[in-house]
Amino acid sequence: MRLTLHIWRQRNAQEKGRMVRYEVPNVNQDMSFLEMLDVLNEDLIAKGEEPVAFDHDCREGICGMCGFMINGVAHGPLRGTTVCQLHMRHFRDGQELYLEPWRARAFPVMRDLVVNRSAFDRLIAAGGFISVSTGSAPDGNAILVPKENCDRAMDAAACIGCGACVAMCPNASASLFMGAKISHLGLLPQGRPERDKRVVAMVSQSIAEKFGSCTNIGECEAVCPKEIRLEVIARMNRDFLRATWTGRGVSRDEAEQVSNNSLAESRR
Amino acid sequence: MQLDSKAPGGPIETRWDRHRFSLKLVNPANKRKHTVIVVGSGLAGGSASATLAELGYNVKCFCFQDSPRRAHSIAAQGGINAAKNYHNDGDSIYRLFYDTVKGGDFRSRESNVYRLAQISVNIIDQCVAQGVPFAREYSGYLDNRSFGGAQVSRTFYARGQTGQQLLLGAYQALERQVGAGKVQMFPRTEMLDLIVIDGKARGIVTRDLITGKIESHLADAVVLGTGGYGNIYYLSTNAKGSNATAIWRAHKRGALFANPCYTQIHPTCIPVSGEYQSKLTLMSESLRNDGRVWVPLKRGDQRPPAKIPENERDYYLERRYPSFGNLVPRDVASRNAKAVCDEGRGVGESGLAVYLDFRDAIERLGRHVIRERYGNLFDMYERITGENPYLTAMRIFPAIHYTMGGLWVDYNLMSTIPGLYVIGEANFSDHGANRLGASALMQGLADGYFVLPNTIGDYLASNKFEAIPSSHPAVREAETQVTCIARRLLETKGSRSVDSFHRELGKLMWDYCGMSRTAEGLEHALSQIPALREQFWREVRVLGNGEELNQSLEKAGRVADFFELAELMCMDALDRNESCGGHFREEYQTADGEAARDDSHYSYSAAWEFHGVGNAAELHKEPLVFEYVHPTQRSYK
Repeated sequence: MRLTLHIWRQRNAQEKGRMVRYEVPNVNQDMSFLEMLDVLNEDLIAKGEEPVAFDHDCREGICGMCGFMINGVAHGPLRGTTVCQLHMRHFRDGQELYLEPWRARAFPVMRDLVVNRSAFDRLIAAGGFISVSTGSAPDGNAILVPKENCDRAMDAAACIGCGACVAMCPNASASLFMGAKISHLGLLPQGRPERDKRVVAMVSQSIAEKFGSCTNIGECEAVCPKEIRLEVIARMNRDFLRATWTGRGVSRDEAEQVSNNSLAESRR
Repeated sequence: MQLDSKAPGGPIETRWDRHRFSLKLVNPANKRKHTVIVVGSGLAGGSASATLAELGYNVKCFCFQDSPRRAHSIAAQGGINAAKNYHNDGDSIYRLFYDTVKGGDFRSRESNVYRLAQISVNIIDQCVAQGVPFAREYSGYLDNRSFGGAQVSRTFYARGQTGQQLLLGAYQALERQVGAGKVQMFPRTEMLDLIVIDGKARGIVTRDLITGKIESHLADAVVLGTGGYGNIYYLSTNAKGSNATAIWRAHKRGALFANPCYTQIHPTCIPVSGEYQSKLTLMSESLRNDGRVWVPLKRGDQRPPAKIPENERDYYLERRYPSFGNLVPRDVASRNAKAVCDEGRGVGESGLAVYLDFRDAIERLGRHVIRERYGNLFDMYERITGENPYLTAMRIFPAIHYTMGGLWVDYNLMSTIPGLYVIGEANFSDHGANRLGASALMQGLADGYFVLPNTIGDYLASNKFEAIPSSHPAVREAETQVTCIARRLLETKGSRSVDSFHRELGKLMWDYCGMSRTAEGLEHALSQIPALREQFWREVRVLGNGEELNQSLEKAGRVADFFELAELMCMDALDRNESCGGHFREEYQTADGEAARDDSHYSYSAAWEFHGVGNAAELHKEPLVFEYVHPTQRSYK
């Protein structure tokens, strides 16, 4: 089949970008979306034009490196699927597709479809962990975890950190991403001791990174390739209220400040 | 060069303890005066960075991806072995050690393997404490399963995403240290050379993949945890970015490369569908528990599988291996698939696939049972191929999956360059000629969490480290070298893309240095590779410039290294006149077609020394001694 692509081309973070039109004449329906872009790039190189830059690595839907908007939808039309696992049989001959990078203040565009998502790493560095140094762990079976909690923790831990949730959210909020980590760790007994400190630290970091606040729209859940549910945001909010109202894990002043910042941010 | 493995003698149970006691310690106040560079952020590199920082060292960690969490360890599905014996089914450290030495076809170092088995139990504890959501039973206790033909249940797992969860555990430990200011993280930064001063590894040269800036980083020791080189075949189950550049350039600086020809093929991957294919997707081996493997009896039979009657099908594994049937080990299953395709009986458009059929299992157990067991795999198959495996037989084909070879290291995980440590898949240490399922994760984490952080202290405590100015001639020389390679690639301005060369090299390697090898084929490959490499340097087209994000330039540098490594792999395969583990030489097989090892001549690790591109590498042998597990021939009949 034949496709018409409009792709966002931008040389670097400083220069302005624009949409450029490309024709891809021989698309095989068994190709993945990224393989279709590989073919386009080979053609561009043959013509002496610079190939389209896009992030990708495992091409199995698990590393979280790939992702862009296809006709305004993060990772394209198929639910629960990253672009690397999206195959061309879900498109039709003659279709026109618009490819854009993730758009969010916290994710600046580096080139074409490549964005900088290191803000996600800083959210984890702020508190998305359990403080246990190597060697100090008790026997694995000394910590019992009810199967149901473990399964729910695993549901949340399946997050691949691709950033589709932020890209799709009108507020560019990282709540689904943070909620997933806070739920994963908070549902396990090992993660309970740091629960209050963790949520306050991560939420204040997300404000510093210019992620927006959650207003319960649900676009994030709809595009999440791992189908992480909004429930994780509710859990995060509950933890956040508990920590800031009771001053657990943080000093009262600090808690008040984070709370105010977060309110101010959501009104802005 | 005399290879000293530094493996301790005496009773194997106490070797690691005695060795650890003999190592010098760095006093806590002095640890913060040392800086260690770690390249790679997967299970090995990530866990090492976190642990070294916890101990008090300053760590600089580098990865080419946009975040340390992307490393390809994340894609491991099955699980991680540990000799916990939680099931009281007769498992023990000794049994895991025994299985691993035997599974490696008696080509690994006993001391290392025993240590790996010992540490396996600590890994599980550490990961549980970090919050890795391993599968649980209703009682809340950890669940286990048996995996890869093991007779005991020692595999811990987190659904089909064990690698992801273990990596996230290590990544979170790493980020905790980034937050604490003990680790400085350099994402989207690729190591392009090793700086060796006075015979010691003292730093690396990197390229910032966003700005193109070439920079040097100096330290007291360098650790490489940069994974395997399976991508040399172009099509493999590795991530697209996985590469050999870090270990290869360290090899060119003097680190010996051991057993490069040991590669592992995974039998159940989704076959190639066309020229545009960019990678191969693995499906869990567990599928072979219920699926039956077959091809048509007649060559070139084009009928759809359901139209081929029972008496015109050849269930070749069940026919040749009546006692193991479809459950023969990975290498045996893979070679047989290739053999039937070579006979012209392969299926699908390309003729490079065999059927994996669930028709009988569905009839016997019902569709719902099959869905329960394999539902997610069936969905994945359907997503990729567009065919419904409940209705028609799956098509599968073997693919390159893991490389057991890597830089040679001693018992301390130090390479032949003092101060250069190599951990995880990047080294050659623990799997011999074949790796058992669920052992890669175990080795990466054992090296990173428990072995390296102990052994590196001995080196740091027993050496003096003068400060090195960035104007040092060795630093300048390495930087110039890196800049020259990039410039040459950009200025060649040829007519062929990097990928087209990579595909051609991959095909050559797959045909002659893949699942089965012959002296004739390897010699042919050795005559072709240099010509293709020269053509690459004459005709490659890399557009854009070096001072920006340039993905073609990144790829070109990695493929250039693959061309050199390819030659060494073929040389090693040609030198090893026996069949063992993942290395099958057609000339060396038993009367009934099984691998024939030659212990009297080849019971050694082959460590190769670099003598310049195009010159023959020099072979050094580390003899292998088996005091505990005595070599036997494997049989699956």
